[in-house]
Order: sequence, then C-alpha cells, then structure tokens
Amino acid sequence: MTDTTLTPPAIGTTTRAPRIGESAPRPDGIPKVQGRFAYSSDLWAEGMLWGHTLRAPHAAARITSLDIGPALRIPGVQAVLTADDVPGRRTYGLEIHDQPVFASDVIRYQGEPVACVAADHPETARRAAEAIVVAYEPLTPLTDAEAAIEAPAIHPDGNVVRHLVIRHGDPTVTGDVVVEGTYEVGMQDQAPLGTEAGMAVPTEDGGVELYIATQWLHVDQAQVAASLDLPPDKVRLQLAGVGGAFGAREDVSLQIHLALLALHTGRPVKMVYDRAESFFGHVHRHPATMWYRHHATADGTLVNVEARLVFDGGAYASSSPAVIGNAACFAVGPYFTPNALIDGWAMRTNNPPCGAMRGFGAVQTCFAHEAQMDKLAAALGMDPVELRLRNALKTGDTLPTGQVITGTAPVAEVIQAVVDVPDAVSPVLEGKPMALPGGAGRTADPEAVRRGSGFAVGFKNIAFSEGFDDFSTARVRLDRGVATVTTACAEVGQGFVTIAQQFTREVLGVDEVVLAPADTTIGSAGSTSASRQTWMSGGAVKAAAEAVRERMLALVAADHGVDPGVLRVEGDRIVSADGTVDLPVTTALGDRVVEETVEYHHAPTYPLDEHGQGDAHLSFAFVAHRAVVDVDPELGLCRLVDLVTSQDVGKVLNPLQLLGQLEGGAAQGVGLALMEEILVTDGTVRNASFTDYLIPTALDLPDLRVGELVEQPEPDAPFGAKGVGEPPTISSTPAVVAAVRAATGLDLPRTPVRPSDIALANRSAPSSPEAP
Amino acid sequence: MTAPETYDLTVNGTSHHVPGAWIGESLLYVLRERLGLPGAKNACEQGECGSCSVLVDGRLVCSCLVLAASAVGSEITTVESLATDGALSDVQQAFVDAGAVQCGFCTPGLVMAVEDLLRRDSTPTELEVREAISGNLCRCTGYGRVIDAVRVAVRRRTGAEVA
Repeated sequence: MTDTTLTPPAIGTTTRAPRIGESAPRPDGIPKVQGRFAYSSDLWAEGMLWGHTLRAPHAAARITSLDIGPALRIPGVQAVLTADDVPGRRTYGLEIHDQPVFASDVIRYQGEPVACVAADHPETARRAAEAIVVAYEPLTPLTDAEAAIEAPAIHPDGNVVRHLVIRHGDPTVTGDVVVEGTYEVGMQDQAPLGTEAGMAVPTEDGGVELYIATQWLHVDQAQVAASLDLPPDKVRLQLAGVGGAFGAREDVSLQIHLALLALHTGRPVKMVYDRAESFFGHVHRHPATMWYRHHATADGTLVNVEARLVFDGGAYASSSPAVIGNAACFAVGPYFTPNALIDGWAMRTNNPPCGAMRGFGAVQTCFAHEAQMDKLAAALGMDPVELRLRNALKTGDTLPTGQVITGTAPVAEVIQAVVDVPDAVSPVLEGKPMALPGGAGRTADPEAVRRGSGFAVGFKNIAFSEGFDDFSTARVRLDRGVATVTTACAEVGQGFVTIAQQFTREVLGVDEVVLAPADTTIGSAGSTSASRQTWMSGGAVKAAAEAVRERMLALVAADHGVDPGVLRVEGDRIVSADGTVDLPVTTALGDRVVEETVEYHHAPTYPLDEHGQGDAHLSFAFVAHRAVVDVDPELGLCRLVDLVTSQDVGKVLNPLQLLGQLEGGAAQGVGLALMEEILVTDGTVRNASFTDYLIPTALDLPDLRVGELVEQPEPDAPFGAKGVGEPPTISSTPAVVAAVRAATGLDLPRTPVRPSDIALANRSAPSSPEAP
Repeated sequence: MTAPETYDLTVNGTSHHVPGAWIGESLLYVLRERLGLPGAKNACEQGECGSCSVLVDGRLVCSCLVLAASAVGSEITTVESLATDGALSDVQQAFVDAGAVQCGFCTPGLVMAVEDLLRRDSTPTELEVREAISGNLCRCTGYGRVIDAVRVAVRRRTGAEVA
C-alpha cells in the first residue's frame, strides 16, 4: 500500500497547519495513543455507583410477576428500578416511540430490559440484577419476517413497520433476457470496540448531566427528557469519548436507565455493558430476503427491474422506515432502467431489533442487485464490466423514484478506475502456509485451492432524505488569532475533528483551531450517520467561519478606511486588491473578538408519494470494488487475497484519513461476506461474544488497496466533497462473494458465505455427522 | 461477595496500595477503576480483542484474564508508561503519523502489541506483523494504516523496510 510516512505534525512549530486536501493529523491522536483519551467507559466520579440492567431471557413472553425485593436486600444496592419508576413517557424510539424503557407486561425480544440496578460495586450490581425474581410465561416467538406480514400483531403498532412500493414507468415490460433470483443477507453487528457506556450525574436544579458515547446528542436528549418528564434544558448531554459507532449508537441504549438511576439515588451512576450485553443492547443490520427479476434487451440494456424486499426489523421500529426507504430507492443499483417495480417491507418480529449500520439498506440490496447483474451478464454472454458500463447511471438520468440526478454521478468512472488498477496478487501457493485459506495447517489440500475474482458497484444517498429538515449548527469564535469551533457533532472515530479544523483554517487563514467539547448547549448537529457530517456539520463550520471572516474584514476595512469589498484572506494574511492593506490574520483584530453561530440546512428533499416517486434525496456517492479470493473447496474456507476500492468522493479533503475510511469500510464488507453473522434460533442469539461472532483480524485481510479516487466536485457540497464513510462498505461484500462464486462455480445466494455453503454444496442430501 | 482483600501492585515501576478490593477483580478492572490507569481498554473482557494488553513481567497479556491479586509481586507495564516526559514513544508517534488512529479504542492495546513485537524482533516481515497483532481487534481501520505505522516505526528505529 501507499507509504504514508509523514513529517511530524506541525502543531507548536511555525509550519503552516494543514488545510483542505492535506493530511491533517488528528488532534485526538496523541492522547489516544497514550491511553489518555477519556472514553465513556473511562469516566469516574467521587461516590459514583455502578448500574446494571436485567434483561429477559426469552424472545417472546408475558411477565406474570416481578419481585425486586431480593435485590434491594443485598448490601450495597442503592436502587432497583422498573417500568413503574419511569416518570414520563414509558417508551422511546428514534423515529417511532414504540420501545419500552423497561418491559412491564410483554417481552418482544431476547435481552429486552426489565429492570436496572445501582450498587456500589459492578459485581454487586450484577448479582442484584440476577436476584430480581421475574416469572415469565413464554410465548411462541414470531421469527419469520415474511410470515409476520399476515401473522397476528405482536405490538399495538402492528407488524408492518413500513411498506413502500416504488412503481416507475411500465413495470409489465419484459426483456429479451430475463434472470431471476432470491438473495439473503444475514444479521451483521456493528461491533464497535467500545461497548455502550456512560455516566449520569444529578444536578442541583433537579436535572441530570449525561456523559455519553452517542452518534446524536440531541436526539438522545429529547428521548431522555421525555421519559424523565423533564424539560430538555434540564437534561444536558456531553459527548464522552466514543469507541466506534457504525450505527450502533444511533438508538438509545443505556441513556434513560442511567439518568433514572442518577435521579433516583442522587449520586453519579456509571454503566458499562460487557460485550455480551452489547450484542443485546444495540440494534443490528437488518437481515433481508430479496427476490429480483431483471429484464434486458439482447444487447444488455436494462428495460425493467422487479424486486420484492423483506427486511426483518426485529421487535421495534428503530430506523427501519429509513432502512427500507434506502433499500427500495437503491434497489436497482447505480444503473438506469426505464421501468421498475420495487416492493419493500420492513417487518416486526421477535428477533433482535435491527436498525442503523453503515450503508444501511443499500448494503443489503447491493448484494442482491450485483449478483443479478453477474447473472444477467452470464445469460447474455457479456462481460460483467461491460454490462455495468452500458447501464451505468450518469448526471441527468432518472432514478426509479422519478428523481433526476442533478449532482455528479461518475459511475462509469469508478468502474473504470477499479478495473484499471493492476493486479498485485501472488500465486495461490506462495510458500506461506499462513496465507492459505483458514491459515496454517487448516487447508485440506493446498493443491485443491481455487482462486476466483469478482467485481461489484454500489451507491447510496448522502445525508438525510425524504423531506427530513436536516441541519447542523456551528459556532466559530475568533480571538487573537485563535479560532474556537463549537458543534454538537459526535466524533466517533471518523475524523470530523480534522475536517472542522481544516475548514476553519481554510476560510479564516488561521493555524490554531481549538475544538470545544460537543454538548447540548449548542443547537443540534444531527446524527453522525448517513455519511452526512462532512457535508452538514462541515457546512455549518464553513458557514460560521465565513460569517466571522466577513465581520473581521469589515472591522479591518474600517480600521484602514477602505471598502470591505476590496479585502480578502490570502493564506494567513488579510490583503487588499491594491496592496495598501497587508497584515496577518492573527493580529489584525487586536483584542477584538468575533463570534458567529450558524444553522446550516441542506437543500430540501421531499417525501415519496404513493407510487414511491419523489425527489427524496440530496446527493449520491458511488463506489466499486474488485476482489480476489482463494477457496479450499473441501473445507469451504475462504481467504481474501486482494480487494481494491474506487470511490466517488467529490473532493479529497484529507488523503490519509480518507484512506482509513475506505480501508476500514471495505474490511467491514469483507466481514459480512465471509464471517460476520449474528446467529439467531427461535429468536435466541447463539453467539453474543467475540469468541463466536468473528470480525476480521489483521491475518484475515490483505493490503486493502485503493484505486484512483474519482474527484468530481459536487456542486452544492462544501468544498465539493461527498461523505465517504458508508460507500466502501456497500460494494465490498458483493465483490468478495462474486469472487467466491467464480472460484467455486456455486450460486451462493446468501451472505455471509459459510464453509458449509461451499463444502456441502454438492452433496445431494443434507449433511449429518457420520459415525467414525 | 467475599471479604475485601488488600494488596500491593507494582505498575510502571511504582508500588500501588490496593485496599478493600474484591478478590474477583481482574487486573484490568483494578488498573482502570482503582489505580486511575484507564489506558488498557475493556472491549470484550474475554481475552479475544487485545484492547486491554499490558506486560506482566515482560510478557504481553490480556489484563482482563489476569486476576489482579495474582499479579502481586509482578512487574506490570501499561501504555501509560510509554511516553516519557510527554514525548511519545517511537511506536506511538508512528501510529499518529501513519493515520493508524481512528476511534482509538483498540489503539493502546495495539501499541503495546507492537512495542512487544519490536522488542522481540526489530525487523519483522509483514506477515509476522499481521500475526503479532492478530490478537488485537480493530473495527475502524482494516489494519492498513496500523501495518503502515509498524513500517514507519521499524524504518525510523532500524532504517530497515518491512518486507
């Protein structure tokens, strides 16, 4: 991979600090490598208590009795709270308030909270939760999303969370060539390394301060305040260090419980989920079953795409409406078709709740539409790359939602970029046993290992869609040449902290940019999701910095008796067109302080109508991957040998950080292709640990290469940049699975590909262990 | 819970008195919650992720799997000891420079694993680097910049390239 050795960071030297397009180092990098960065699990307060949650063991049950007495009698226990202790709204939810803070009558998924405890030691809290006596009457769980459409409702809101039909053109059109298939995606976990954690501290005014790892402070604040029956200004949230998110922190987990315990005990309360609880404490990626039928002319032009998408949202709504919205809108992939009929269902079941995860909706459908495109290419006898190039979307094309793409759409360019990257793979047997499928000593017969390569293209929307008033707020204060930037944007590892500094330096010409803590004393930044913060909070910072710049120039103009219009910031100086004014930004204002706060909204989007038609999205980012995989056909083990990403990024803002996003996103897609799945049987999770839920290690991955980045500035985006976080996770999975198909000749309609899908594929009967 | 225990632990060359601890507490818990050393992280507490890596008598261990009371008499080294007088170690500096830090939760454990590797082998191959850090899970980076950080550290320390 590219050698990215840098000169040491410029901080504290006279070197100019990095601006747009330069690899600015993270301001939090130094404390993070030293272990000094305070994550939400690192918090400590004098006299603090530890919280613990009691969770239901059943996927579906009725609570017949609940006795907290035995827990309260344990020395050291300060509080045991149940649904009866919730003073305000007893339910919460990101879009729909359908999830109980504590279950009081019905259990709808395994792990649903029933009570929480505060005690003076975490082990005491854990034992106290165990001592609570709950009697359950188990019910038969509803675990089939398809069956849920007709099944009796398991929730007062019904089982259909959202049904969305996109009808475009004439969906009865048939093609010369028709291919059909049904595809499945398993349930993936975000598995951020930091589990859910936080601390709540009661305040003198009867409110609470919550130090929390989240993706969106203000949406948490609204939900916590509603359940506490407090005005929002008495529920103050501050972002604590976030150990990764990937969608897992978009929903409330322990926020309300923590605040209740702190208010009830009058003491600070800390709670940290262990890894097993984390699997039950956050939503997952929706498993999906997707039927597709593609129609094309004999020369490979798409004429119609039909799809039926059934997404299992589990017990509660979470972000299911947006997930199925994305899935349906992007179901065809980055291809033009004049006709389409997409039937999308987000269903409620007694399976674990599912919601946001990197690339949501688009990840699932990309797996299906790319398998279909390969199938169509085979049926046409056409090169799969050629087929995709022939149908690639471009600016001015109409999506199946009727929306015309007005921004950039370099689909052919990302395809060509990934194809153009030279091969860099070594032969199958390169003399390194560790590099064989399964690692050293695991391959049945090294001579039997087969190699395949695959290719995929995907896209999704940037920022929030379907009419949501999406905005972010930023304050920039310039004081003696130092800019202080305040937003409520959640830095979860993605690197907004460098973007905020780079944007501010670029606009104001200052080097030193201080980032104030993110909290709810400023307006909302919206969520760190949907690849939106570079555009939205970046846009807010840019606009606030520009407002500060205009005031600064006006003051300097008055000082020098010139028209403000003749002044501009050039590098780190304020200069006039005629050269009579030329002074450093850092000293231009003396001790005068300029501060501006701006709320930045993106261009409006619109709801989809009853036929799924409407200008629902702001902008789109496109991506392509090419993968090479070695497969041991006898044991069904796969090893990724090469994976190349090419992406439409609009403009490269920070090359090093961009690389990290593309590599990390691709790695998560590899996980979904080859190893990651939450196994659920009858609504019960079988692998809630890092021993049994595997994410890629350094040995599971090759150098994840990045091909040419396509830079076509997006007209409305700040500095032309599109968000980059989600796209690399979208087409990586189908590219890797396509490579496994090429190596094995199998259909493999399901991801992740399990060893048994390969090793047992050619057996006529289901396997059973043979007697020795 | 059993009666509280009192013992002393030697961490980063300093003896720490641990009064009134539950005997079941892990070394990770005692470092983080009793000694004010939160650098070792708690990502799985099952020995799978390496985020809690420390050295006990020079050996790299998952501190979540070590009972604190069993480390009495041992020399414990944590990530907090690596920077001297505010200057990062060469491995820490390489992680910053190479872009190996994103959310950073796995970073202290990875830094400890790489320090341990380079003490044993100052010029590892890429496969050896991958093997050495394969017990450290990272969810953000895909490991590319982490491997690059090791390249940078090896180059600066020895002038050699990781093959």
